[in-house]
Amino acid sequence: MNPTSNALELTDITKTYGDGDNAITALDSATLSVAGDEMVALVGPSGSGKTTLLSIAGGLLSATSGQVTVGGFDISHASSKELTEVRRNTVGFVFQSVNLVPFLTARENLLLVDELRGSRGKQSKVRADRLLDELGLSGRLDNLPSQLSGGERQRVAIGRALMNEPALVLFDEPTSALDTHLGEQVMELIQSEVKGRGTAAIIITHDARMTHWCDRTVNIVDGHLQHEALATAD
Amino acid sequence: MKLAWRELRRRPGKFVVAVLTLTVLAALLLFLSGLLDGLFLGSTGALRAQNADVFVYSNTSRDSFFRSNISAQTRAAVAAVDGVRDVGGLSVTLLGAIVPGESDLANVAVIGYELQPKGIPAPPAPSTAYADERLKGFGVGLGDVLQVGPRRTAITIVGFVADSNFQLQGGLWVEPGTWRLVQNLNRPDSPVGDQDFQVLLVQADKGQNAAELADRIDATTKAAASATSNATTNATSSLTSSLTKTDAESSLPGTKEQRSTFNSILATTYMVVIVIVALFFALLTLERTPLYGMLKAIGASSRQLFAGVVVQAIIIATVAFAIGGGLVAVLSATAPPQLPLQVQPSRMITSYLILAVCAVIGSLLSLRRVSRIDPAQAIGSTQ
Repeated sequence: MNPTSNALELTDITKTYGDGDNAITALDSATLSVAGDEMVALVGPSGSGKTTLLSIAGGLLSATSGQVTVGGFDISHASSKELTEVRRNTVGFVFQSVNLVPFLTARENLLLVDELRGSRGKQSKVRADRLLDELGLSGRLDNLPSQLSGGERQRVAIGRALMNEPALVLFDEPTSALDTHLGEQVMELIQSEVKGRGTAAIIITHDARMTHWCDRTVNIVDGHLQHEALATAD
Repeated sequence: MKLAWRELRRRPGKFVVAVLTLTVLAALLLFLSGLLDGLFLGSTGALRAQNADVFVYSNTSRDSFFRSNISAQTRAAVAAVDGVRDVGGLSVTLLGAIVPGESDLANVAVIGYELQPKGIPAPPAPSTAYADERLKGFGVGLGDVLQVGPRRTAITIVGFVADSNFQLQGGLWVEPGTWRLVQNLNRPDSPVGDQDFQVLLVQADKGQNAAELADRIDATTKAAASATSNATTNATSSLTSSLTKTDAESSLPGTKEQRSTFNSILATTYMVVIVIVALFFALLTLERTPLYGMLKAIGASSRQLFAGVVVQAIIIATVAFAIGGGLVAVLSATAPPQLPLQVQPSRMITSYLILAVCAVIGSLLSLRRVSRIDPAQAIGSTQ
């Protein structure tokens, strides 16, 4: 595993599902670098390969070919155990469907990340409480997800993604279930948290109105990363 | 594991069906085990109480008390065998007894004895007896005069002893003369002589192997019988069949059959436990697939997730066993004396351990499913 300065380096990544005539190429020679504190919006139509790219970047999927380096670690040929370690320590995820553990409180959902890493105790608790406080959830620490609004649940998910102090946070359409106003609030929060920590982020979005929160936008069509456009963050 | 525990605590409703099902099975297991132990202990109490290493029957008895007869001559031959420290007679007659003030007959085993058994005083005065506590359930009290058998032989109760029954009939421990009186009056078809006993108990010298001593006794009495047969014609009646104490307990009619039947039922029930737990956790794992996918995505290993499944299986089995055990304990305390239900602490521990192991085995069947859950499905990228 080679150290690099970028949070993510995807070099000539191809991902093919199936064999022979049934083979589908989801990503075709995709190359992308994300700097250590950069926010990138990944935009494209359904089936364009954005989720596949996000999954490969997060160590959820292995690429058919190409090189993947996350947080300085080359995971191109990592075993499933090594990928688990990378996800546990180097990457944070915010899923489209939020996916909080329904029987854990907001605080416990954050602490779960540390518990999976085998570290727990007072420091974890302090960090979880601080994160939830920053996310405006200091009064909701002991609430279960079912007792939170959609926006609050999304903020808890953001807190959980940041709990392991990752090099890279991957957001899968974080505002798709929210109205425009709430979506703007969540994006502002994401920008504030990610930039404040100097963490890199890739955000998949269908909503072009949300891309202005990112440093740049990458379009993906039919598995090809077509161009990169600079965006001005507010 | 914390995750598994919290789910149990916060979503107990999800596990109610499994707990209830396992509770029924745990109660059934303990009830059957209690019956098995009750039958065995109730049948063998009089034998287990004996301070003896070898039980000597007459060889034509097929190891049955009621077909056995040991004469004074055989007794002398046995007592002379090398390694024998002491011998004493033991005889049993099964009869019904009228209890003062009770309409139902009490089933009693009138036991004549010489050597003092464990937990039972030396033989009492003629026509008196120590009664097993089981007979209290039939209304027997201290000082009562029981009328035993069809000839109403009077026996006065002078004390109570525990765990001293024979073939599920309440032990009445009497001195040998009283037993002979009861036997000859009430079982005229099987009269006994003044010195006869059904079985001879042998206490071995220190360091003697009981099985070897039993073989030596049979060889000695056979030799003695052969020598006698040269002078008389009726030689074979003095030959013996000697058993160790454990073998004597197992030789009681029905004991082995009861044990194998109950053990087969218990084994089948444990198999059902495995199937129930396996099915329950297979369904639960199916339901949890998205959750497990997400947990794997954020860094949970299959080992961590599976450990949670095992922990839940053990906790469910433990709770079910505690409830089932409580139900059977209450049943045992309130059961009528006719129901031979005895829940032994050692049996409780063993049953719990087997149940827990079965629960773990059942949960193991979800291992493959848990390990095959793809973390990528949390983000919806698998095709």
